[in-house]
Amino acid sequence: MQTPPLHVGAETPIGPIEEEAPLPPAVPPRRIRWARRRRAMRRFWKAYRQDAMGLAGLIILAFFIAVAIFAIFADTTGTEITKATGPRLSAPSLDYPLGTDDQGRSVLTLVIQGAKVSLLVGLSATAITMLIGSAVGLVAGFRGGWVDQLLMRFTDWGLVIPWLVLAISLASIFGQSLFVIILVIGLTTWPSTARLVRAQTLSVKERPYVERARALGASDWHLVTRHVLPNVMPVIMANTVLIVAIAILSETALSFLGLGDPFSISWGQILEQASNGAAATLGAWWWLGAPGVCIVLVVLAFTMIGFALDEIVNPKIRQR
Amino acid sequence: MSVLSIRDLHITYRTQGGDVPAVRGVDLDIDRGEVLGLAGESGCGKSTIAAAILRLLPPKTGVEGEIILDGEDVLEMTPKRLRAVRWTGASIVFQGAMHALNPVRRVGNQIAEAITTHQQASEREAMVRVGSLLEQVGLPPRRIQDYPHELSGGQKQRVMIAMALACSPSVIIADEPTTALDVMVQAQVLALLKSLQRELGLALLFITHDLSVLVEVSDRLAVMYAGKIVEDGPARSVFEDPKHPYTRALAAAFPEIGNERFRRQPSGLGGDPPDPQAIPSGCPFHPRCPLVFEPCPTHVPRLFDAGAGRRAACLLLEGALATLPGGEG
Amino acid sequence: MGTRQYVLRKIVQAFITLVAILIFNFFLFRVWSPGDPVSFLTRGQGAQLSVQERQELIHEYGLDKSTWGQFAEYLTDTFSGRLGVSSFYQGEPVRDVFFRFLPPTLLLVGVSTVLSMIIGVWMGIRSGWRRGSAFDRTSMISSLVLYSMPEFWLGMLLLLLFSTTLQWFPVGGRISTNVSELGTVAYVLDVANHLFLPALTLTLAYIGEFYLVMRSSLLDVLGEDYITTARAKGVLERYVLNRHAVRNALLPTVTLVALSFGYVIGGAITVEVVFSYQGLGLLTYTAILGKDYWLLQSLFLFFTAAVIVFNLLSDLVYAYLDPRVREA
Repeated sequence: MQTPPLHVGAETPIGPIEEEAPLPPAVPPRRIRWARRRRAMRRFWKAYRQDAMGLAGLIILAFFIAVAIFAIFADTTGTEITKATGPRLSAPSLDYPLGTDDQGRSVLTLVIQGAKVSLLVGLSATAITMLIGSAVGLVAGFRGGWVDQLLMRFTDWGLVIPWLVLAISLASIFGQSLFVIILVIGLTTWPSTARLVRAQTLSVKERPYVERARALGASDWHLVTRHVLPNVMPVIMANTVLIVAIAILSETALSFLGLGDPFSISWGQILEQASNGAAATLGAWWWLGAPGVCIVLVVLAFTMIGFALDEIVNPKIRQR
Repeated sequence: MSVLSIRDLHITYRTQGGDVPAVRGVDLDIDRGEVLGLAGESGCGKSTIAAAILRLLPPKTGVEGEIILDGEDVLEMTPKRLRAVRWTGASIVFQGAMHALNPVRRVGNQIAEAITTHQQASEREAMVRVGSLLEQVGLPPRRIQDYPHELSGGQKQRVMIAMALACSPSVIIADEPTTALDVMVQAQVLALLKSLQRELGLALLFITHDLSVLVEVSDRLAVMYAGKIVEDGPARSVFEDPKHPYTRALAAAFPEIGNERFRRQPSGLGGDPPDPQAIPSGCPFHPRCPLVFEPCPTHVPRLFDAGAGRRAACLLLEGALATLPGGEG
Repeated sequence: MGTRQYVLRKIVQAFITLVAILIFNFFLFRVWSPGDPVSFLTRGQGAQLSVQERQELIHEYGLDKSTWGQFAEYLTDTFSGRLGVSSFYQGEPVRDVFFRFLPPTLLLVGVSTVLSMIIGVWMGIRSGWRRGSAFDRTSMISSLVLYSMPEFWLGMLLLLLFSTTLQWFPVGGRISTNVSELGTVAYVLDVANHLFLPALTLTLAYIGEFYLVMRSSLLDVLGEDYITTARAKGVLERYVLNRHAVRNALLPTVTLVALSFGYVIGGAITVEVVFSYQGLGLLTYTAILGKDYWLLQSLFLFFTAAVIVFNLLSDLVYAYLDPRVREA
């Protein structure tokens, strides 16, 4: 046992700031990076798990993806008008759980097949939107100067045109096919993503580690891929999910107006047929309701997931 | 005559990750016309105390003890009484006036709001008073028309001070009023606070992590660590002859030009302030203490008398060990 | 004067955007569209025109000039109101068709936007102020559900419920066919009767948007220091909310609302189709089906110009609310 000095006075020196400690053994940088990523993903999942809405969204989404996958392998004869055998416009029954349309087709079959196309279009259009939007946003934010000005003019101009008006103009000129629809939705939705990505890029660009890397002589490419992009990625991910919701709603509107691919069935197209078949005035609530409820559920799912991601990515709105 | 008296204050934040004890038994007294400095690192609980005095903590926070302001216990007040006492009994000058002022309303308007909330004054009468308040803090009265973003950091802080004076409170709580400012501006604002305090005979609770600032301004000084007060006493003697190892480290970290003691390089203190949810056993400072010895991890030191109005919570004090249960180690 | 500079700058920007849109409009409908404009011009009248008359028509619209010549012609034509003729409406001037269908849409979009703004913002404030309350939770869920619905589907459901099943409202159209026999009061009631379901649809569809934005920006603002300052001053809670929190929370709301006006137009188009409401939306639909490019061109221009103007207005409102942007 040590005997301490009896009183503490100003003359007694305070110890050195840090003790000598042995250096840890060298670990390859790639291993560190992956370990960090795994840890980050675990932390992310732990945070995400706490959001009830986010979890509900995931479950709903999983269900519909399963339906869509099932639809790929299922028999599509139920969708052909010439092969329809059911009674026309009959309410749900044991034989036809979701009733039949005005041609006698089972609404259930139509809805299952619709899942495939609606999800496909939604996801593909989102891919285009995110690619263009992120690229524009990153370049504009990172480069600054006249490049930024030019790209932002372009983006603002894209934002100002009402999307449906542009979409139907393009679709009516370039024809009706799945490809055109996907392209058109992608081309009309990217501006809002570009804006968001640019804002995030600007804020990341100002951070000290970017300045430090630049001072150390890092090339632009290195800065963007190693520093800027990883920190903009979370915002991009959260936005992507919300864009899918918008893309699905967009496809629905375009199909409803008759611009869908005549050779495919999507939920929007079922609604178009229901509208042309005067489902509302004839009281065929099952024909109207089923595809609509599916759309609402899927869009809700993506929106809830997007909000959950937003809470994790944007610390300002997190609850204390 | 004590203007503000805090007794056995315990404050616990309720968070998603569990309860966080931010303040663990604090006693404070401020007399009329006295300046009490409260020092400590970030997270030690000093800003929490400032917010607690006017009950500005988040709704679910657990607050126990007594906060006696002008003879009434703030914690027992009805909401209506509390609102009346806010700003008239005690007012706050916040840290970082950058964000403490509403960006879309004029500055004069915001000061006048303090006046009209508590007095039956017309718009014109209030503005007259605002003008004189601004003059008191060294700003031209035409600044009434300005928006916060049109003022510099130092000017905004002066506005905050003018606002704090608006209802002639018994005590002003200054929570890190100079931390976010440039050194030159810091000096100006400090000088202003000192002269106002003397002129108006205000009681002032000055909270900061910068000990050297406190020495200039305070009559008495208290040092906080991990939610408790670890040392207090007359300002000059606490600074020059610290009894607690933490105070010594804090004092050594802020060199005073011209003072012999600082001819050596200022040294810092290793380690980090403790996580409030994982406070070390015994004396909370023991993991970082350069003078730690055997009883420290197991015995919680209370504030022992160190003579001449001084107290320190350290087992190294003469006679401290003798008072421990089971005698000395 | 910072404000004047700001206003001027915004107007100039709006104008530049408008010019860019004009150029795009021209290229989209004149240059890139399939078929030649000449045939579309004459399609409605078809065989009744003699070669002579055709030539005159072509010359009148400058279709015999080069592309740049046509563009110049297009600009002068547009600004003097010569917008071409509608092929679907048998050669009726686009301008006339357009103005016939404009007022119902103005009425519909105007009423719906104002209502959904007021209700949505009010709900958003109440929700954000009392976060976690029963009101907050139910509003949140119902707004999310409304936000996830296609507007026209909501319209069809309402049609099914209120028109087909309950028979409270007419099935569609803008006015009854015997309108000329009605007096003024009856006329107004008739318009309202037909307007009700489409307006209800659009209002419900966009409440969610305003609600979510207002709620989230209020929550952001409530975490700011100046709210604590206001409370510390002893200010009454309702003044803290109105004078401090809401004034600041409105700012991002105004911005986001402006950005979403394009979606409101999209919604109006589909809802008008559902209810066969004879406004510009239904007109656009007819124009697509009939490939009436002259009409589409003008509609495109109008809708986009409307968004530009709306954005300009909201920029001005924003400047009124936030003194910080008025600095040059």
